[in-house]
Amino acid sequence: MAGGFVDIDNVSLRYGGEATGTLALSGMSMAVEKGDFIAVVGPSGCGKSTLMKAMSGLWPVTSGGVSVAGQTVSGPLSMVGMAFQAATLLPWRTTLDNVMLPLEITQPYRSQFMQKRSQFRDKARALLKLVGLEGFDEKYPWQLSGGMQQRVSLCRALIHEPALLMLDEPFAALDMFTREELWGVLQDVWLTKKPTVILVTHDLREAVFLADKVYVMSARPGRIIHERDIEFARPRELDITFRPDFGSIAQDLRHHIYSARQEAA
Amino acid sequence: MVDTAADQASVASPAKRQGGLGLSSKTIERIMPWAVVISLFLVWELAVRIFDFPQFILPAPSVIFESMWQWRVPIIDNAAQTAMTTVVGIGNAIVIGLETGYHVGSYSLIYNGFYPVLIGFNSIPKVAVVPILVIWFGIGTVPAIITAFLISFFPILVNVATGIATVEQELKDVLRALGASNRDIIVKVGIPRSLPYFFASLKIAITVAFVGSIIAETVASNKGIGHLMIQASSRFEVPLVFAGLLVTAIMGVVMYVVATFVERRMTGWATRSMDGSMGSS
Repeated sequence: MAGGFVDIDNVSLRYGGEATGTLALSGMSMAVEKGDFIAVVGPSGCGKSTLMKAMSGLWPVTSGGVSVAGQTVSGPLSMVGMAFQAATLLPWRTTLDNVMLPLEITQPYRSQFMQKRSQFRDKARALLKLVGLEGFDEKYPWQLSGGMQQRVSLCRALIHEPALLMLDEPFAALDMFTREELWGVLQDVWLTKKPTVILVTHDLREAVFLADKVYVMSARPGRIIHERDIEFARPRELDITFRPDFGSIAQDLRHHIYSARQEAA
Repeated sequence: MVDTAADQASVASPAKRQGGLGLSSKTIERIMPWAVVISLFLVWELAVRIFDFPQFILPAPSVIFESMWQWRVPIIDNAAQTAMTTVVGIGNAIVIGLETGYHVGSYSLIYNGFYPVLIGFNSIPKVAVVPILVIWFGIGTVPAIITAFLISFFPILVNVATGIATVEQELKDVLRALGASNRDIIVKVGIPRSLPYFFASLKIAITVAFVGSIIAETVASNKGIGHLMIQASSRFEVPLVFAGLLVTAIMGVVMYVVATFVERRMTGWATRSMDGSMGSS
């Protein structure tokens, strides 16, 4: 399965010790093309988050290979942007400074940070505008609502122009209306910047609405048991989630997850 | 989107509410501590006069103030000594406590290894250490500085270490995925995050550091407020002993206020996030 931007080739990953540890992934293979938006769904505890850790190089795989952009992953990759369920903003930094955090850490921005500070600021402001947070630069995280914090978190994941954006249930803690609003924001961001996006979620509507391709994982140890292309035209409007063909795709995916859970039980 | 202007208005409005005497609640808040102190002294004065306590048991505040004025030169002289030993002791505790706390908090191995030792160390009553310090350094300034240091060092170290050791895993992942080194994580997150812990401990440390200095002065010194009080009590000059206590209390409050002022400037975000809970919705 070589040739993809992200290649996961027959990966297994065990954490917490050689023999006694938990086998989180086994026989996991998938390939993602550059610029694709894919979603990974599966029963809870199936190793979705582990998969993200393996892809970003935070956890070493036990066997098999992970490569991103043709290079084998052996440590943390700086071309990755990440956002999680918790916004994890730094409370002592303003919105703008939170967004600019990656630029203080990743090269080549890090060494240019002092000279190009104002340029970086403009860049962060432009990104905040894109997610609908214009004029909130100087606000602190506690002055923002949960949905706004998550938008900032998304900006922080994007500021260093990562080729790969990994989102681990980024909207799970939000109410349904805010979540749906942010789907639109995320889609706009993706259409503008065109990063490769890997979205881990347990929300099937979210997966079908946002992704070009949805992968279903088995119960632990996780592997891909089903994949499905989603071919709705972009940009997608929220209305499509009420269409019967949208519903039947979600229903079909749900069946696969149910059978995966049955197998495990 | 949240209407932040309206939120700020609603936060500000309680301050505008009028108190009973036509004073704003803000003014009353500012007067309160003074009112409490003054009424405390008034009750004390009245009690001593009504029950006619002998002066060597409980002197009245008026007598204490009189004695304070009478002995103002030695009091200022000795208070300066105590303030000096305390400030030097706590200054060292801050520098060494921050440094050690940073290392202990950064590496879980050191954290786990040293913690029991530190607890044991802190359980030793510092009074018991003073005689040893006297054997090592002789009578005088050094034992007082070291006692003030020993007593205030531990809370600073533990709090800084805790602040650094408890950085959220997800936040670490975000930073590590960006290629951040351990040092980056500590500088960008660990240290700012541990500052509120540090100041909380500093405020405790300041008051206990005075305890340390004065203990050492009463046991092994020929100068300082502690020494002055011991001398006064041996001559049954109880009002002067109380004057010494009062001066110590005043010094403690002054240093506490200084610490609070610095804290506000440096970690406003931590206190504001509590006050400003209305701001988020």
